[in-house]
Amino acid sequence: MSGLSLSHEPVTGVPHGKLAMWGFLASEIMFFSGFFGAFIVLRNSNLDVFSASAAELNKWLALVNTVVLIGSSLTMALSILQLQKGNVKLFRLFMGLTILCGLIFLVVKTVEYSGKFHHVLDEHEIMHLRNGVPPNPDALLPGINPSTNVFFAFYFLMTGFHAIHVVAGLIPMVFMFFKSFTKGGYNHPVKVEALGLYWHFVDLVWIFLFPILYLIFPAH
Amino acid sequence: MSASSAVAHNHHDADSHGHEHHHGHDHHELSFIQKYIFSTDHKVIARQFMFSALFFLFIGGFFALLIRWQLAYPGKAIPIIGNLLPSTWVTDGIIQASFYTQLLTMHGSVMIFLVIIPLAVGMFGNFCIPLMLGTDDMALPKLNMFSFWLMPPAAMITMGGFWFPDGMAAAGWTSYPPLAVINGPGQTCWLIGVFLIGFSSIMGGVNYITTILNKRTPGMTLFRMPLTVWALFITAMLIVLGTPVLAAALSMQFFDQFLGSSFFIPDNLVTTKKFVGGGQAVLFQHLFWFYSHPAVYIMILTPMGIVSDVLATFARKPLYGYKAMIFALMAIAFLGFIVWGHHMFQSGMNPLLGTTFMLSTIVIAVPSAIKIFNWLGTIWRGNIHFTAASMNALAFIATFIVGGLSGVFMASAPIDIYIHDTYFIVAHIHYVLFGGALFGIFAGIYYWFPKMFGKMLNENLGRKHFYWSFIFFNLTFFPMHILGVGGHMRRIYDPYIYDFLKPFQPMNEFITIAAGLLGFSQLILVVNILWTIKFGKKAPDNPWNANTLEWSAPTPPPHGNFTEDIRVYRGPYEYSMPGAKEDYAPQTKQDIPSEVEGEIVDESMFKAH
Repeated sequence: MSGLSLSHEPVTGVPHGKLAMWGFLASEIMFFSGFFGAFIVLRNSNLDVFSASAAELNKWLALVNTVVLIGSSLTMALSILQLQKGNVKLFRLFMGLTILCGLIFLVVKTVEYSGKFHHVLDEHEIMHLRNGVPPNPDALLPGINPSTNVFFAFYFLMTGFHAIHVVAGLIPMVFMFFKSFTKGGYNHPVKVEALGLYWHFVDLVWIFLFPILYLIFPAH
Repeated sequence: MSASSAVAHNHHDADSHGHEHHHGHDHHELSFIQKYIFSTDHKVIARQFMFSALFFLFIGGFFALLIRWQLAYPGKAIPIIGNLLPSTWVTDGIIQASFYTQLLTMHGSVMIFLVIIPLAVGMFGNFCIPLMLGTDDMALPKLNMFSFWLMPPAAMITMGGFWFPDGMAAAGWTSYPPLAVINGPGQTCWLIGVFLIGFSSIMGGVNYITTILNKRTPGMTLFRMPLTVWALFITAMLIVLGTPVLAAALSMQFFDQFLGSSFFIPDNLVTTKKFVGGGQAVLFQHLFWFYSHPAVYIMILTPMGIVSDVLATFARKPLYGYKAMIFALMAIAFLGFIVWGHHMFQSGMNPLLGTTFMLSTIVIAVPSAIKIFNWLGTIWRGNIHFTAASMNALAFIATFIVGGLSGVFMASAPIDIYIHDTYFIVAHIHYVLFGGALFGIFAGIYYWFPKMFGKMLNENLGRKHFYWSFIFFNLTFFPMHILGVGGHMRRIYDPYIYDFLKPFQPMNEFITIAAGLLGFSQLILVVNILWTIKFGKKAPDNPWNANTLEWSAPTPPPHGNFTEDIRVYRGPYEYSMPGAKEDYAPQTKQDIPSEVEGEIVDESMFKAH
């Protein structure tokens, strides 16, 4: 339908993609709120187990991940800025760094998970982590896994869904990164900005996960 | 709109239309698959939602009739089809208890997730929003296509237990743990399927909000939007904020089922599976109802909006209290988020908490009553045209009052303790979901069908469908109140193992016969739709003389919807204005000709809002 302007400029002045991303993030906040709410409730009824379990986690690996992820938020913001300026080389550099940080995060996460799966519980740990109940031989995963206790169920649930979000963010980033090397190049700053919003949100979720899982031990 | 260009275009498009769903047509460069299957056109997606949901309506209805057979004639073989069903479902044609629980679960799940929500939100959201806002398509058309095409695989996964020896999910549509957690793989499929349906809903909701905020045509301010669009806007917010919480609960239950965690498994529970315990079963109910109470408003708000539009059009009167209607919708949506505990009075939740939930629930009666009052005010002394659409809308009001009042009974904790988990609840839910939402959806189908398909539905068949549906609906569901007060349990396989329920057998038989006829009367709608698509007479651009923008588009609207730029000059409900020549004033009309030759009506006289 040429000559018509039915598809006019956005009424709010915010591009469609960006507005939709804000709506989606509102939904994402509610998704993680469900987990956080349940965490608060079950933590209060299992204080000893949560305290003993949190001590099993490696907070230094998590600290590395925190730094890496915050760093990736910075490079993401810089890559948006550079693309808006039309500086494709620097856009590539910062987008590449963001992808690198995302991958480092996932590698560290894998190391952490595999450490848990290879951890065989001793008598003492069974007493403190599982109130003396012997590990379930039918559990799908070995070592420390979601069936170990409610704390580790939350640990794998929340960090697992967070990691899925990291992967979901990396896929379009890799696409944008490689697209910028092709003949047509990549010049959609609004899309990168919307992805940036998402990436900051993923970062923000980690900022909440890090203290509640690794740092704050329930008092006895 | 200039009539000649519209007619010319209309003719051209209506011709191609008759073949639309079966054969490709090469009017545009788009291939058949791009045009009718993986289409990004909101009107095609609306039709896809409509046909898939109507298909599932019959699947869900079939399940319901099997349930009814078992309650009326336990231990008797199902007639005709009894011996055709697989042996895991029936023995010698008699429904097995394990299959009966699957039927209950899947009837609820299919009707809610695959029929009412896709019809109310998916179909009308897609069809109405861009057209009523005067724009060419959704803000994000590809996302829109994605949110439809997530549905068929999700639906298949939801019912995926069909392929397992243990059968489909059988823990009720509420999927309460611990029962749901120790159930078989059918339940796991159900969890994944409903999660994906939720994801599809969220994508749709985000798209609706973006479209409504960003794609309104010049002059279409928020308070000039028709009530249907307002209702969809508020529904979309409920979806975006509520559905993810269900997704969180389903994820946790999936962990419990699949990975053996104990989120919802208390200490020392002895089951066939081993758990460490430490979780809380009631926690799932809280998370579940935090979504599923707003979900009932997701299902009813859009029909409310549709009914408002339909009644104003067919009463030829401005909608009474336009802004009050919008604020009532907002109030219902807001209150909907703080009342979920009224589903849990009997769950072992703190009774004090129950009191707060009881109060907040009863407060919902206020905005609901405002809406009922305003609908009645709209038709009061109106020039009411009785059509299939307007009669369904009136039926919506009548049944919604019955369902709403029985809701007040259940909202008060002392009464709920008595009627909880009885057929009283079943009667209530069907009065609001079938009588309310589905009659509202029927009203919408009869109202917009001419615009959607370019053909006029057969009015005579439409009325027959309405009369039979309305009569058998009431004959089916009203007696259930009596069953419920008599103590008939909601999910019982064979009620007559209890002596005190034996006298209810004739009533159950009566309900079953009525339900069967109710099911068959829906075939009239299907016949009407199929017959009309093939042989129906062509619809004019504005068959109901309505004001809203979709009627300014050619019929059926081409790709891109409008043939000229749309500018809005007035609200959607300016009917029967004093001094005006016609009893309606389309939103695109700048000047309203008066009855006196050459004069323009002084608009300050009838500023409706």
